[in-house]
Order: sequence, then C-alpha cells, then structure tokens
Amino acid sequence: MAGPINWLSQVASVTQFNFLTLPQRKGASAAAIFGIAGVVAVMVAVLSIAEGIMQTMDNSASPENVIVMRSGANSEMMSILMGDDVRIISEGPGLARDETGAIASPELFVVINLPMRSTGTDANVPLRGVGREAMKVRQQFSIVDGRMFQWGLHEVIVGVGAQYQFSGLEIGSSITVGQEQWPVVGVFHVGGGLAETEVWVDSAVLQPVYRRGNSFQVVYAKLESEDSFQEYKDALTSDPRLNVKPMRESDYYASQSEMLYKLITGLGTLIALIMGFGAVFGALNTMYTAVSSRTREIATLRALGFNAGPVVISVLMESLLLAFIGGVIGAGLAWWVFDGFRAATLNFASFSQVAFAFNVSLPLLVRGIVFAMIIGLIGGLFPAVRSVRQPISTALREL
Amino acid sequence: MTGGEGLLVRLDNVDKVFKRGSEEIHVLGGLNLEIPKGEFLALMGPSGSGKSTLLNLIGGLDRPSQGTIDISGEQIDALSGRRLAAWRARHVGLVFQFYNLIPVLSAQKNVELPLLLTHLSRAQRKKHASTALDIVGLSHRASHFPRTLSGGEQRRVGIARAIVTDPTLLLCDEPTGDLDRKAGDEVLDLLQALNREQGKTIVMVTHDAHAAARASRTLYLNKGQLSLAPLE
Repeated sequence: MAGPINWLSQVASVTQFNFLTLPQRKGASAAAIFGIAGVVAVMVAVLSIAEGIMQTMDNSASPENVIVMRSGANSEMMSILMGDDVRIISEGPGLARDETGAIASPELFVVINLPMRSTGTDANVPLRGVGREAMKVRQQFSIVDGRMFQWGLHEVIVGVGAQYQFSGLEIGSSITVGQEQWPVVGVFHVGGGLAETEVWVDSAVLQPVYRRGNSFQVVYAKLESEDSFQEYKDALTSDPRLNVKPMRESDYYASQSEMLYKLITGLGTLIALIMGFGAVFGALNTMYTAVSSRTREIATLRALGFNAGPVVISVLMESLLLAFIGGVIGAGLAWWVFDGFRAATLNFASFSQVAFAFNVSLPLLVRGIVFAMIIGLIGGLFPAVRSVRQPISTALREL
Repeated sequence: MTGGEGLLVRLDNVDKVFKRGSEEIHVLGGLNLEIPKGEFLALMGPSGSGKSTLLNLIGGLDRPSQGTIDISGEQIDALSGRRLAAWRARHVGLVFQFYNLIPVLSAQKNVELPLLLTHLSRAQRKKHASTALDIVGLSHRASHFPRTLSGGEQRRVGIARAIVTDPTLLLCDEPTGDLDRKAGDEVLDLLQALNREQGKTIVMVTHDAHAAARASRTLYLNKGQLSLAPLE
C-alpha cells in the first residue's frame, strides 16, 4: 500500500502547489473560467428550452387518457371524425363511465391568428371546441380567473400560457373568430400542460362557424384503467365501420414534441460544441501559460524525485478546477436567469404555438458542469503532458 | 559494478551528445571518472565545457549517449524514468545553480519537499526539516518565504533541502556563483563541514578557484575531457 499512498501524496502535494500559485495567474485563470461559464450558460439555456417543452408535453399527458383520430392523421388538425364515428368511439369497451355515460370528449381543433406580446407579430394559436366531457377527461382543469363560458354562447376561455404569450386575451376583451367578436370570459389552468396555450369554446357553437356540420376532429377519452387501452384499441381498430387510430395520450404528445425536441436539442448541442471548441483553446492558452511560467518549478520537483504522473495530474487538476468553477458559474447563471422563464414557440407538428417555461433541471445543470469538465480536461491535457516532456536538465535552467 | 573498495561513483567511457536540429554537439567524449566515498570533488572548466552536463549525468537528471554510470553499485543509466526518479529521491541531494526554491512555500516547507517522497509522518517530516535548517543556521527563518530571504539564505535553504533526506551524494552546481565573498564563504564552510563531519560525498561545479580550493580534489573539464590541471 505504501506505493499508491506515496503516489497519491505526491499528487496531493504538487496539486496543492499549483493551487497556491493560482493567484499569480488570476487574469488568465479568470479568462478561462468566464469563457467556460459563457459556453455552459448558453448550452444549459438552449437545452432548457427543449426540457421545458418536454415537461409541458409530459404535463399534458395522463396515463389513463386515450386520443382517437382518423387513421393516417399525424395531428388533430389533419384528422376528421363524423358524428357516427364519434358515437361508436364513445361506446368502445374499457372507457371510464359516470352517471352521464362514458367519459369521452369529441373536440374540434382549428387555428386562429393572435399577436404575440413579445414581438407584436401574428402567430397561430390553437382554438379548441370542447364539450362538457372535456373537463372530465382533463381532471386538472380549473378556472383561475373569471368564469367558464356559457354553453351555446359565443364566449371563450383562454389558457394561462396563451394569456401570457398573446395580447388581447384579457378578460373583457374580445377576439375575432370567423366573422364575429367573441368575448374572453375566463382563464383556465390544466396542470401546466399543452392545453394552457389554447383558447377554448363550446364545440357546438364553433361547428357552424367553421361549417363543420356534425363533424369533429378528435376524441379524448378516459380509460377505466391504464390496462384497458389494448382492449379499447383492438375494439376500435377491428370495427369495420371505423377507420381510426387510438393512441395513448403520452404517445401522442411524445410524437408531437419529438421533432421540436430534437431540433432544439440538436441546435443547442451544436452551439455548445462550437463554443466549447473555442473555450478549449482558451483553457489551452491558460494552462500553457501556467505550465510555462512554472517550467523551472516543475523541473525542480521532478529533479527532487517526483514522478511525471503526479505532475501531469496536478496540471489537469488545476485545469479541471477552473473548468468546474466556470461550469458552476455558467450553470448557475442559466438557472438564475432562465429557469421558469415563459416563452412560446411554433410546434411544427400542429403548426401552432406551444407555450412553455424554460426548465433548467438538475440533470441539465449536471450536464453543463460535466461539459465544462470535458473542456477543462482537453484544455489541460496537452499542457500537462508538455510540462513533463522537456528534459529536466534543460527545464531547470528556464527563467 | 563499482570497482574498488570505497568507490561511490564510476563513469566508464561516457559520451554525451546533444542534437540541435541536424547538428550534433559532442559535450563529453569517452569520459572516465571515479569518485571515492567521502570525497569533496570540485569540477572546474570554462563555460560550455560540460561541467553541468557531467553533474546532471551523475545525478541521474540526464542520460549518457554512450557508456555506463555506476553509483553505489547501481547502474543508473539503465534505470527506467520512474525508478531513476525514486533513486534520485533516495540517494542524491541537489543544490541548484539558481536556488530553485518553490516561491509559494516557506523555507520550512521547501526543505520538507523531498520528504514527501518518503514514508515519514507529517510530524517526522517537520522534525527532519527543522534539523536540516538548524544545520545550515536558518532555524530562525523557517517560516519565511524565499522572496524575503537573501541570496545566501536562499542558497542555505537549498542546501538544507538537499541534505534533509540524508543522501549518499551531494551535487552542487555553482553554489557560490551569485553570492558575495562573505556569503560564499559561509556556504563553503557549510559544505566542508558536511563533508568532514557527516562524511557526505560532494561534487561541486564551480568557476571560482577560491571555492575549488576548499575541495579535497579538483578536476578540470575541457572539450569533454577531464584533466588534473587546466589546459593552457
């Protein structure tokens, strides 16, 4: 055991000398720290968008809920279900029931234009026509301000996310749907889910405005239990009268967010890699300077009998320490500035806006710091190796 | 193996060639040297004659291009880098030309440095370092940092660091080079005492004939060859 202990004691001692000399190189060290902090802050901030969208989608999905669209439709907007279809879908086996019958909500989904608060430019906002069953399917639904719209009237309620992102959705104001003005009478909350970006109206009132007759686009239904899904799906897909695709709500939202999530994650990673490449050079420069200014010191230690390994590791430890500090600052900055910051972006799957909050989660913070450490490792490796490659006799004479 | 009884250092037909680009510089050629235990040897010679190179070879800081170096029965030119480092830590005390003290460590901590490579406890390391500083007369400056010490004091801290592990061989590169006569004499008194009272074998490279006069033997190095007298 003496060998490894001796070796570790060398590592600890040389690393301690390195750290003690840090104040002499505070300028270069600070440059490396803040360079890495900037990279991590940008990376964490961009990836927190994707995390936020994923969280919104996760919040939207209940494991007991099923969504039924026409077969071949990839989104609600592309689907159509006739009145008879809706009736058969609502009578399927395995659905939860209450005193009024099966809990199944046939809904319309159209898109209207509203100006965004941030830019003033028009954006696509989902307008959903719902029935009384919609609130039973979405159990987290609650009115947080104003009141519920009255059935049969041209009134709307708006999600908290929609009200935050789009102007003209204050209670008392009106929006244009079709050719008419519809007053906003309430604001609703659905547990942070996707529906909070939507505007809801009575589907029976919306159908004639969009000349939909007795058709709908989608049915949201509540299952007796999670395990009832297969029975329900098999019944619907084997029914010759229907041509529909039942999906678990979670699968549907996952498919809806997949493209956006991949795009933002890919973009964030690309930006981080490009910036990280620059930060590696910053770290390299700092550590080459550190090693170069201590050439004779390092040579002295080696002449006294210290091994090359502990010297290499001590230089790497310094680089990793700087990177860790930079990573913590960058991740902390991203958390402080962006966590919970609300924004909206276009969901390509539905061609409508999805409101979300930046989610600087703990795993994301850890990823940011790990990325910083990788920058530090690469930035310190070459200077560390260089520090012990010079012959001792030559290095001892360096000024 | 080392030849005669009481012989500590033996260099046999040692060449040292440095390469600068495509050019080869022959610093030492076919050099033979024997140093008995307990000797205080001074190496003199003009600048560039290879004195420091020879000292580095004896101290295991460099390797010969050809030939063998035996020290206390061990052929050090055949040792791996790792084993050579361990050998240096155990057997050699180095007094560097430019002091080479670690600026962020106190005199005491600088002297303790080589002891980190031993299995001594923290308390034992401290005790050994205090003893070494006492020998060089700097106990009262133990907590001082190198920048607050004079050149002579820094040199003596360097000597304390070299003797703290009780090495077989003490190698000194220009130990009085940048000191005034008084400080230089103090350092030479110290080296002489270490040689006479503690039996240390010392090899000292110097330009200074006054310093060399303190040694028990002086050899002159010129054009890669040793001689008993300087070349005319």
